[in-house]
Amino acid sequence: MYDAVIAPFVEFGFMRRALVGCLALSLGATPIGVFLTLRRMSLTGDAMAHAILPGAALGYLVAGLSLGAMTLGGVIAGVTVAMLSGLVARTTVAREDSSLAAFYLISLAVGVVIVSTRGSNVDLLHILFGTVLALNDAAIFLVAGIATVTLFGLAVLYRPLVMECFDPGFLRSVSPLSPVGHYSFLVLAVLNLVGGFHALGTLMAVGIMILPAAAARFWTRDLTPLVVIGVLAAFLGGYVGLLLSYHASLPSGPAIILTAGAFYLFSLSFGPDGVIMTHLRPRRHLEA
Amino acid sequence: MIFRRSVLTSLFAACLIAVSGPGTAPVPGTAPGPGTAWADAPIDVVASFSILGDMVRQIGGDRVRVTTLVGPDGDAHVYQPTPADARSVAGARLLVVNGLGFEGWMDRLTEASGYKGRVVTATAGVKPLWIADRDRREIDPHAWQSLANARIYVRNISDGLAAVDPAGADIYIHNAARYMEEIDAIEAQVREAIDSLPAERRKVVTSHDAFGYLSADYGIEFHAPVGFSTEAEPSAGDVARLIRQINREKIPAVFIDNISDRRLLDQIVRETGAQIGGTLYSDALSKADGPAGTHLGMMLHNIRTLVTALGD
Repeated sequence: MYDAVIAPFVEFGFMRRALVGCLALSLGATPIGVFLTLRRMSLTGDAMAHAILPGAALGYLVAGLSLGAMTLGGVIAGVTVAMLSGLVARTTVAREDSSLAAFYLISLAVGVVIVSTRGSNVDLLHILFGTVLALNDAAIFLVAGIATVTLFGLAVLYRPLVMECFDPGFLRSVSPLSPVGHYSFLVLAVLNLVGGFHALGTLMAVGIMILPAAAARFWTRDLTPLVVIGVLAAFLGGYVGLLLSYHASLPSGPAIILTAGAFYLFSLSFGPDGVIMTHLRPRRHLEA
Repeated sequence: MIFRRSVLTSLFAACLIAVSGPGTAPVPGTAPGPGTAWADAPIDVVASFSILGDMVRQIGGDRVRVTTLVGPDGDAHVYQPTPADARSVAGARLLVVNGLGFEGWMDRLTEASGYKGRVVTATAGVKPLWIADRDRREIDPHAWQSLANARIYVRNISDGLAAVDPAGADIYIHNAARYMEEIDAIEAQVREAIDSLPAERRKVVTSHDAFGYLSADYGIEFHAPVGFSTEAEPSAGDVARLIRQINREKIPAVFIDNISDRRLLDQIVRETGAQIGGTLYSDALSKADGPAGTHLGMMLHNIRTLVTALGD
């Protein structure tokens, strides 16, 4: 037992680093994911992940494999798309989802063009998708720093975020600062996605953000346990996924996301609010 | 990732259909058809990647104009052809490819471009090596890493050039013979350098498994964390096995190659006694002014880098 679940982390430094990376990602990205799912914005995470691509690609083309440049580029591209789509949604007839879709598609197309103009060189997409097995010190500090900023940011934004989850109209009517809360939240989401693509690759980063959060929803209805269960599930997914990647020689990023996906399916079936329990539970009668 | 690639591929396919319609047949005047006697118009040859491009240039000299699809420091495993590539192929008199499954995108490209001319498969007649990768076996396409194979490449290319341009056949034969002599000279240097290495130090790790032929020719053991294609993603198990192996067999050096990501190797070096020995050129030449601007330059550079790092 010790050999199977602990020894790999004792023997190999890269496994420990990968685990630390997963811990940081779960602490930062999953709470964001909880709020995204509660606000029915799960797919926004995916759209933002695509929007980040051209910025990171430009950063790479300007400065090579530089963590700082790729991060800065990704954050700028992501935040620009978030701001523009929010602005359009709030000032024109377009809704937020359509304007976000429009801007992220433009951004993605720009990214593909940038990638292909230099496409004859190293496969840029491959460079942009980091692997959790190759986290260096700088990348670990970056991901951990983003997790820290996220947790503080969420603490500050907590009340407006909760209100916006349950009654966005109310918040807008009582506070002129509601857009500030909304945009700050989107910036946090972008930061976490950028941190995630260094560790897992963009698409996988969305996975660690959304899957544990969506799974947690089948276990509880309260916000605090939702975040706690989500973070635990994400970290467990990272841990089990790494072991899977170690013992079964599976690529690490997909192994982590698949583990989180398996937990989602388990929760969907067996959680208190899952398919089976909902059917077993006696239906309450309508009371007069 | 896979999804993204398939989206890119279909986008590209759409572009190709757009440019490779009837309007983009070779523009009259730029590519003389067979039988036209324009002695001084160069023959348009398209080579799939930089190493073949160099060989065609060496053999064709001034009589050919070479277009290389995957340029210096480019990765042909995962290359996405562009509409401009389709136009180059459509306008070419000769297409030179490596074969052995190296350019997986080439069949679609020739089909989409409507190219009907002669195709030289440079590896025709090469005895392929197999990569035994645990549960699958695949042909190793990196045959140019062996100088013995390079002679076969040269013969195939010079035959192909002579077939499309019989008037220049003598020149090609002459250039090919001179090139063969250069290969002999380089091979002698390579042998000498390798012989200076003690047998137990002939073990290295590279970021991508592209040196099977070099290994078979000269008895240097190569190990790689992700297998022979740059497309594969590493697993924790593979990385762990490699680290154990480096430590157990006291493998002295780890080499970066010019087309793949070095971040993983940096982490491996951290956990072992191995050193980063330098950069090897595997699937692409460097820019012309770099250390591996030609195929023979590349072979010499790789061997020198290996011997310097393994020698101490």
